[in-house]
Amino acid sequence: MGIIKAKNVVHEFFRRDEEGNVESITTALDHVNLDVKAGQFIAILGHNGSGKSTLAKHINALLTPTEGVIWVDGMDVLDEDNTIPIRKTAGMVFQNPDNQIIASVVEEDVGFGPENIGVPTEEIWTRVNQSLEAVDMVKYRKHSPNKLSGGQKQRVAIAGVVAMEPKCIVFDEPTAMLDPNGRKEVIATAHDLNKKKGVTIILITHYMEEVVDADYVYVMEKGKIVMDGTPRDIFSRVDELKEHRLDVPQATLVADELRSAGVPIPQGILTRKELVDAIMSVANA
Amino acid sequence: MAEIILDKINYTYSDGTAYEIQALKDVNLQIHQGEFIGIIGHTGSGKSTLTQLLNGLLRASSGSIYVDGQDIYDEGYDMKALRSKVGLVFQYPDHQLFETTCFEDVCFGPKNQGLDRKDIELRAFEALRNVGFPEELFYQPPFDLSGGQKRRVAIAGVLAMKPDVLILDEPTAGLDPAGRDEILGLVSKMHRELGITILLVSHSMEDVAEYVDRIIVMNHGAVMFDALPKQVFAHYKELEAVGLAAPQVTYLVHELAERGLPVDTQATTAREAAQTILSALREKNVI
Repeated sequence: MGIIKAKNVVHEFFRRDEEGNVESITTALDHVNLDVKAGQFIAILGHNGSGKSTLAKHINALLTPTEGVIWVDGMDVLDEDNTIPIRKTAGMVFQNPDNQIIASVVEEDVGFGPENIGVPTEEIWTRVNQSLEAVDMVKYRKHSPNKLSGGQKQRVAIAGVVAMEPKCIVFDEPTAMLDPNGRKEVIATAHDLNKKKGVTIILITHYMEEVVDADYVYVMEKGKIVMDGTPRDIFSRVDELKEHRLDVPQATLVADELRSAGVPIPQGILTRKELVDAIMSVANA
Repeated sequence: MAEIILDKINYTYSDGTAYEIQALKDVNLQIHQGEFIGIIGHTGSGKSTLTQLLNGLLRASSGSIYVDGQDIYDEGYDMKALRSKVGLVFQYPDHQLFETTCFEDVCFGPKNQGLDRKDIELRAFEALRNVGFPEELFYQPPFDLSGGQKRRVAIAGVLAMKPDVLILDEPTAGLDPAGRDEILGLVSKMHRELGITILLVSHSMEDVAEYVDRIIVMNHGAVMFDALPKQVFAHYKELEAVGLAAPQVTYLVHELAERGLPVDTQATTAREAAQTILSALREKNVI
């Protein structure tokens, strides 16, 4: 069994009137099946309201399924005794770092998580050092978080999660608020944690460029998983993606336009480098 | 109609304290009626400070701002009228929406302008229709809406005051690609059909390249570039040095040019790139 396994997961939100009678039911997750292997880098795409964040919150037991089961590292999320161990196993990084940072000094913020779960003081400092190193923020350890750039703040938030030593980190649109540099920093950090520390990554995003290096991609719509495959497989289905209110990376878009104009560019172009090579081989043919 | 001139604007936060930060340094700008301007810059470059000065939410530490020839810092200048003229849509719609229904929320601006109820409702109706907000949601609370719909209501709320200038601070942050296209398409339609001046603050170089006529690049509180998109993105190496980037395709055409394909390196959108690549390949008689 993978580190995260979801079987026929349904989640319903109930809207109640003032007397507590159910006014309407929204099905946010509709029989979702997921199997993530330890050490994978997974991306989840889908438009606003498609159920991505609801799914993410299930992985960390912030929400539990109305129907179906989720196991996180073999632990059933429905069993309340598992809640704390699950949260130690699966960390979360949210969209807005300001909602996640609480202390007035960077290193104290990073130490907050381990302190909260009763890690001995010496060990806390070791973890703080390692986590700040992992996100390349050691030289800012004595700084106040609110003077940092957006990307730096988000990296501090990530360090705070890394310090809990989770096996898996869920990133819920971690770059939505950031400038181009900040976006690059955060995505590079996620890949680094995946490669060097073997942390399983689940990245939820609206930026198609951030997905091209993932191992596997799920596309959600109306609470269902409607497409899944490797980035190359997913992004070769341009029309289908557009139907789901999504897009393709710019390089894929240009490749598509060239192909429809009759240029023999192969399917499945994802990166700029691949596109440049493909165009040059046509030019030098 | 609004013609805005910024003359040697400086702005310092926490002036005279240990936490003093100079957010704007000697900024000179002219904004003409009907322009569609993109403002880009890294986090903390002074973009938001600039937008807040333009509608009088902040007051410059030194320098003058003229709107239609009048100095807005003159005694007796009608700041309320300025805020009707220059509308500001905040980055987070949740900071802006507060009423019990979407319709009431949009009524708030014109109500403050002192219009009578009939005109207020007419304005609100018109504004919500202009942003393509579905009628069946008019009387729903704004907080249950999706991110894209919330933004529409927030924009309608400003639009209902009939501003000459509309400033949008990252209106597409957190929206899915289709939502991004819808909101920007809407802004562009308002620019075209209503003749409103648009100032779009954005982190997405692709969006800026696609829509705006002029780009102002802010860096450490100063204006670094102020030119046409093609001219600005030609400086992509300098942009990178200050934490920005050019649109993806700018890099693509530059790399192709370096490898000897005669493409126009000024292409900034996918369509332009495809066109110049096609004509370069045709020129070489390979397709």
